[in-house]
Amino acid sequence: MERDLIYLDNAASTRMDERVLGAMKPYMLDIYAVATSEFGYSIGIEAREALDEARRTIAIRLGAAPEEVVFTSGSTESSNLAVKGVAMALAEKKGRHVIVSAIEDFPVINSAKALERQGFEVTYIPVDGEGFVDLNELEDSIRPDTVLVSIQHANQEIGTVQDIATVAEVCRKKGVPFHTDATHTFMRLDLDVDRIGLDLVTVSAHTLHGPKGIGALYIRKDTPLVKQLDGGFQEFNKRAGIENIPGAVGFAHAVGLVTKDETRKLMAMRDHLIDRVLKEIPNTTLNGHRTRRLPQNANITFHLVEGESITLHLDMRGFAVSTGSACFSRSLEASHVIRAIGGDHERAHGSVRFTFGRYNEPGDVDAVVDAIAEVVAELRKISPLGPEK
Amino acid sequence: MMVKFPYTEKVLEHFRNPRNVGKIENPDGKAIEGSPACGDMVAVYLKVDEGTRRITDIKFESYGCASNIATGSIITELAKGKTLEEAKKITWKEAADALGGLPPIKAHCSVLAVEGLRAAIRDYEERHGLTQAREPTTVDVIKHRLKHVMNPLTGLDVVRADLIRDVEVKDGKVRIVVDLASSHQFANAIREDIKEKIEPLWDVKTIEIEFAG
Repeated sequence: MERDLIYLDNAASTRMDERVLGAMKPYMLDIYAVATSEFGYSIGIEAREALDEARRTIAIRLGAAPEEVVFTSGSTESSNLAVKGVAMALAEKKGRHVIVSAIEDFPVINSAKALERQGFEVTYIPVDGEGFVDLNELEDSIRPDTVLVSIQHANQEIGTVQDIATVAEVCRKKGVPFHTDATHTFMRLDLDVDRIGLDLVTVSAHTLHGPKGIGALYIRKDTPLVKQLDGGFQEFNKRAGIENIPGAVGFAHAVGLVTKDETRKLMAMRDHLIDRVLKEIPNTTLNGHRTRRLPQNANITFHLVEGESITLHLDMRGFAVSTGSACFSRSLEASHVIRAIGGDHERAHGSVRFTFGRYNEPGDVDAVVDAIAEVVAELRKISPLGPEK
Repeated sequence: MMVKFPYTEKVLEHFRNPRNVGKIENPDGKAIEGSPACGDMVAVYLKVDEGTRRITDIKFESYGCASNIATGSIITELAKGKTLEEAKKITWKEAADALGGLPPIKAHCSVLAVEGLRAAIRDYEERHGLTQAREPTTVDVIKHRLKHVMNPLTGLDVVRADLIRDVEVKDGKVRIVVDLASSHQFANAIREDIKEKIEPLWDVKTIEIEFAG
């Protein structure tokens, strides 16, 4: 069966831009050698130059020096390297205490849990009803043995954008390295490492219409870090393995295609969706803050109905969205993010996330709102919690 | 793009067009069952012929995911026209088979519909004085109830999955030792589910659940 798909799960991953694929292709078919030193053979030198150029592009966008950017296989690896790498490097010298927010994405949360199993102590900073980290509690939680603070730039589910500049200031004052997961904000929001004061930053290509399997970690010069993948001396001896040169080239190319206009377009779609749903569909709650949220993210709870039922009905009508319902997740657990913002099971149960990307058009918003209004009305008819019939 | 859904055609069909949906005014039996583990709920309403004890009408409502809705729908089809004794014996497996199969991880969302039907029958029996003398809660009664607590990972109940290390029952105090670490991914879900299943027993006063993995 063929059909048109309106894809609204761009936070999970995006369609790659054909231009990115075009830029990558020569590095798979023609310049396929490993990156050699300047004393290597010419095809290896060409590969090296492409890698260096890609690294420079990412570094410029972060306001960093190229040697502070390490390519990885994506956000998961970047955050593992940041959290475990710094914690292990400082364990003997400084201590075994790490601070993360309660709503971090799984790479940070589960890296922290892995450290707990190795004897580290982890403080999970709570968030308020809109998902903002309690900055006072953060400051009070930093101790002499704290080796790392990891607070995301914006939330993967509810889109809340943290005040990372203030977090950075607090960390700097206390002399603790600060990592931020910027998987969803890189190229969409300002992310200058010096101006904000960041020590480690996780970024990824696949959320920016680039390829999957390539990301980077910004590591401020002189930040102590234990390598997590052992092998050769690639990536300034911080990450072993044959460099993913097509990926790096694709990542850099993808970054170059993102424009402020595009981000404004995403924001307009987001706002249109939130306005229409809250106005037209009764019994709905916006998750996260109305404006201090990711430009591409809307997350709404449709009360009295369950999220997987909504997503499946929408799928059958040609829309892809995701939900924080336990029934949808691989762990069968309701979204830890919705629970952390004080939401009960019911709020997570009916939560739906819409995330926009380059290939969405304003008409997609009206189409999905019309569809979801019908789907929710139908499901409420069969819900024992539904309005009296 | 190829359309590829995670469910069988039959599940999708019942999900799209659920049978026997809604409430019955003045039902002869009714029940609402909820799963604290996944948040789903199902309500079942019965009309029963007093002479033959056959289910003449049955309706359900669902606050749940696709497999919950589809199982609710199929269970009403399976139960309609059956006697209460026959309907009581319908198992989750039969419902799942009638749907062409369900993913194991969805077991506890869908088992609710079966429990809803049984609870509605129990409700009818209680209202019509058909229940036998209340039997006291024993270790076996507890174990029987625990067969309805699913390990979400496997879709197997905790008894079959050999996760119940010990059960003690004394003076209305129930103590259950679960062979899982308290830090286990599903520990809280399973704890809530166990409480939900044991609490309604008439002579149970307190429940202590220990995770000792």
